[in-house]
Amino acid sequence: MLVAAALILGAAGCEPVQPWERGDLAKPQMVLEPDPANSALRAHTFAAREAAQGGNAGVGGGCGCN
Amino acid sequence: MPQHCQRGRATFVFLWTIVAALVLCCASPAVADDRPLPDCAVKLDAGGGFEQFRGKVLYVDFWASWCGPCLLSFPFMNDLQSAYGPRGLQVVAVDMDEKPADAAAFLAKHPVGFAVAAGPNAPCATAFGVATMPTSFLVDRNGRIRSAHAGFKPGDVDGLRAEVESLLAEKSGS
Repeated sequence: MLVAAALILGAAGCEPVQPWERGDLAKPQMVLEPDPANSALRAHTFAAREAAQGGNAGVGGGCGCN
Repeated sequence: MPQHCQRGRATFVFLWTIVAALVLCCASPAVADDRPLPDCAVKLDAGGGFEQFRGKVLYVDFWASWCGPCLLSFPFMNDLQSAYGPRGLQVVAVDMDEKPADAAAFLAKHPVGFAVAAGPNAPCATAFGVATMPTSFLVDRNGRIRSAHAGFKPGDVDGLRAEVESLLAEKSGS
């Protein structure tokens, strides 16, 4: 029963989001990087201190507009 | 020629081929189309639907208040309507906002001189085949969709104007 419920709830994640359904994703509070300049500075400092860089990339949210 | 030079040149050519392909594929987002206007109901703010514009060239644009490129396209659509309206063009902006109040606030801030269909219009967007926001469709005087244009960039303006002019030059029934 639990497995079935988990499967049914999980299946909802397979529903594709249509281009016009991205209004909430486009809100400023949905941005993964609220301050890109500050994040870039932090990444630079981290790379300089740790003598290592990369590995901190990720996909973002946003409206997906063209 | 040393082998490493040949490899370097091959890599150079390969990379430029990719760059050229990307430029070519992104430079002309307008896609030729040829199908009748989908039978979907939109409710224009002024009343009625697409049927009242029979015999006109339509520029149908699917937009939403939260979409940045849509905002960029609004002054262009206003210009298009005022420049080509007297010659038989009608711009129809189909709102896709899930909350009608968002669209109303947007339109209060950015007044328009063309027809707007209040949202949401999801069935119509599906029928047209909207793949991204915004997407615009050019419909000829015979009610056939002739091209689809995904997204909006200021550089697209000249191409769109040329397309509109060529459709306006066509006679109804031809």
